[in-house]
Amino acid sequence: MSALIELTGFSKRFGDTPVLRGVDLKVERGEVVVILGPSGCGKSTLLRCLNGLESGQGGTLRFAGRELTADTDWREVRQKIGMVFQSYHLFPHKTVLENILLGPLKVQKRAFGEALAHAEALLERVGLLDKRNAYPRELSGGQQQRIAIVRALCMNPEVMLFDEVTAALDPEMVKEVLEVILDLARGGMTLLIVTHEMAFARAVADRILFMDGGVIAEQNAPETFFSNPQTARAQQFLEKFSHVENLPRRK
Amino acid sequence: MNFDWNFVLSTLPAFGRAVLVTLQVGAIAIATSLLVALVNASILVLRVPLLQRLVGLYVEVARNTPLLIQLFFIYFALPSVGIRISGFSSAIIAMTFLGGAYLTEVLRAGVEAVPKAQIESGLSIGLSRWQLLRHVILPQAGILSLPALFANFIFLLKETTVVSAVAVPEILYTTKNYIAMYYKTYEMLAVMTALCVLLFLPLSLLLAYLERRLQHGQFGS
Amino acid sequence: MASSGLELLWLSAPQLARGAWETLSISASAIAFSTLGGVLYGVLRSLGKRWLDVPLRVYLELFRAIPVLVWLYLFFFGLPIFAGISVPSFWCAVLVLTLWGASEVGEVVRGGLRSLPRGQREAGLAIGLSAVQLYHEVLLPQVLKRITPPTINVYTRIIKTSSLAVLIGVVDVIKVGQQIIERTYESVLIYGFLFLFFFFLCYPLSAASRVLERRWSHA
Repeated sequence: MSALIELTGFSKRFGDTPVLRGVDLKVERGEVVVILGPSGCGKSTLLRCLNGLESGQGGTLRFAGRELTADTDWREVRQKIGMVFQSYHLFPHKTVLENILLGPLKVQKRAFGEALAHAEALLERVGLLDKRNAYPRELSGGQQQRIAIVRALCMNPEVMLFDEVTAALDPEMVKEVLEVILDLARGGMTLLIVTHEMAFARAVADRILFMDGGVIAEQNAPETFFSNPQTARAQQFLEKFSHVENLPRRK
Repeated sequence: MNFDWNFVLSTLPAFGRAVLVTLQVGAIAIATSLLVALVNASILVLRVPLLQRLVGLYVEVARNTPLLIQLFFIYFALPSVGIRISGFSSAIIAMTFLGGAYLTEVLRAGVEAVPKAQIESGLSIGLSRWQLLRHVILPQAGILSLPALFANFIFLLKETTVVSAVAVPEILYTTKNYIAMYYKTYEMLAVMTALCVLLFLPLSLLLAYLERRLQHGQFGS
Repeated sequence: MASSGLELLWLSAPQLARGAWETLSISASAIAFSTLGGVLYGVLRSLGKRWLDVPLRVYLELFRAIPVLVWLYLFFFGLPIFAGISVPSFWCAVLVLTLWGASEVGEVVRGGLRSLPRGQREAGLAIGLSAVQLYHEVLLPQVLKRITPPTINVYTRIIKTSSLAVLIGVVDVIKVGQQIIERTYESVLIYGFLFLFFFFLCYPLSAASRVLERRWSHA
């Protein structure tokens, strides 16, 4: 059985600057892959190429066996690959429910009753059913991000992409969002997550991808990666994060 | 379609003069409008009681009526109460009336954009209101207003075409004249279009460049 | 003097009304079509496709470089030559004012769309919206408030600029006024009336634009 997502020698440049250099990746159905790496290593770009927000210039991208290029009808693909952004980007002029139902009703042309039931079930699952008629500006960052996740989920995707979804949140709201993602992982959904939350990465991932300078420098199971990084770059990267925990007490 | 180049060449001197008239009218109108605007802006900033209201009224009236009507009023209506003004002068007066109002608004916005901190520091070193205006507010308001001022200058220059309606020999009037006299419509329209593009397009591009340059090095945002 | 002036205006009311109707028709038509054209321009330019962007930019710069009155003459004198058709000056005026107005409204719309966070477009695309749905459901509703005051200002300028139609022979309120002056020599009265006519047409719009701008401006 072929992998759900398959990248072969995938490259992308912005103008003259190469951002992804020959990435090879296979993601199986039901896998949770966490992508780590320093800023500028191309991890967000990689994610954005998977749902067509950016297009590559070299190599191939396959989803469920089908090759995706710049000419693909991305509307169709995007219903199967959902994405959640760092700044959530809920539509401010629509209520929570309207945000969630826009895709199912207008794009997937589902029956209103069914879509509504689905949306409310998802809202219940993240604990925000009572906010269904609120506007995004009335909600906290953490609540908005959970709504953004529901909005993507309501499309019944096969894969969910998370692009640093807790980076813009106040620390006390990070937990509620990560719990939703953990819940999804337990439910067997295929997830690709870009994050800086190391503990979370360790807890949720089936596989860690460490990217550096546009390539996958190291891939491993989480326990192995965190306790015994193989490459020098990965070691340096992890060192920076443990540095804070190991700061000597002043005086 | 054959293009009568000889004819066009023969008209060039006249068009040369016409361009000069356009620039003359434009330049004088810009200068006088700026003067009017400076006076008005000072009145507004200093909050002179009655004059402040009058300036506000003037700006509303001048900005909400067409230049053509203002022009016609001065050139055609005033003679019947004994004031006879030439086409050229009417043009200047009307354009100053309109331009003064627009530039007043630009300067007013510029003054409001001067950070309050500047005014406060000026006051705290003991400047009088008049000195504050002259040394702190107006210079800075001037710089902040530069793009908008320049945009309005171009606008006024383009509006000179309207004064062709009172027989001022600028480019549009000259074109109309030649068309009426010699029926070389195609050639004359081409010349007029070319002149407009040559005169105004560079200015418009220069304005875009100026706007971009002045975006950096502004106070904060 | 004053009473005979008002009397004259009263007697000329039917003619003035017909002239006013011409003026208002030109303005209203130009406003309506410019709005449609402007939204189209703004949307097309915000798509970021070069083959659309370049001709639209050329169109914009041409209408900025060449004054409206010159365009009026170009169409009025030029259309018979280039297209062999003789367009009545009324439609010439509407056409020119529409093309010019659309470029102005268009720039407002384009600016508004540009000011939206890029993520709105991406979030809309990510749930599979088509381009039409994206603009209709997500982008345009959000810019509506911020583009309304500047657009109203463009409308005001269209009304003022429609006064130039008299110079290509449209029998609008100005022409009618001039005809009355020819008969009666009451130039101060008539031009005064025309002055007030345009003022009371434009001032409410300017005032409304300012009110809306203040009410709808959020940080």
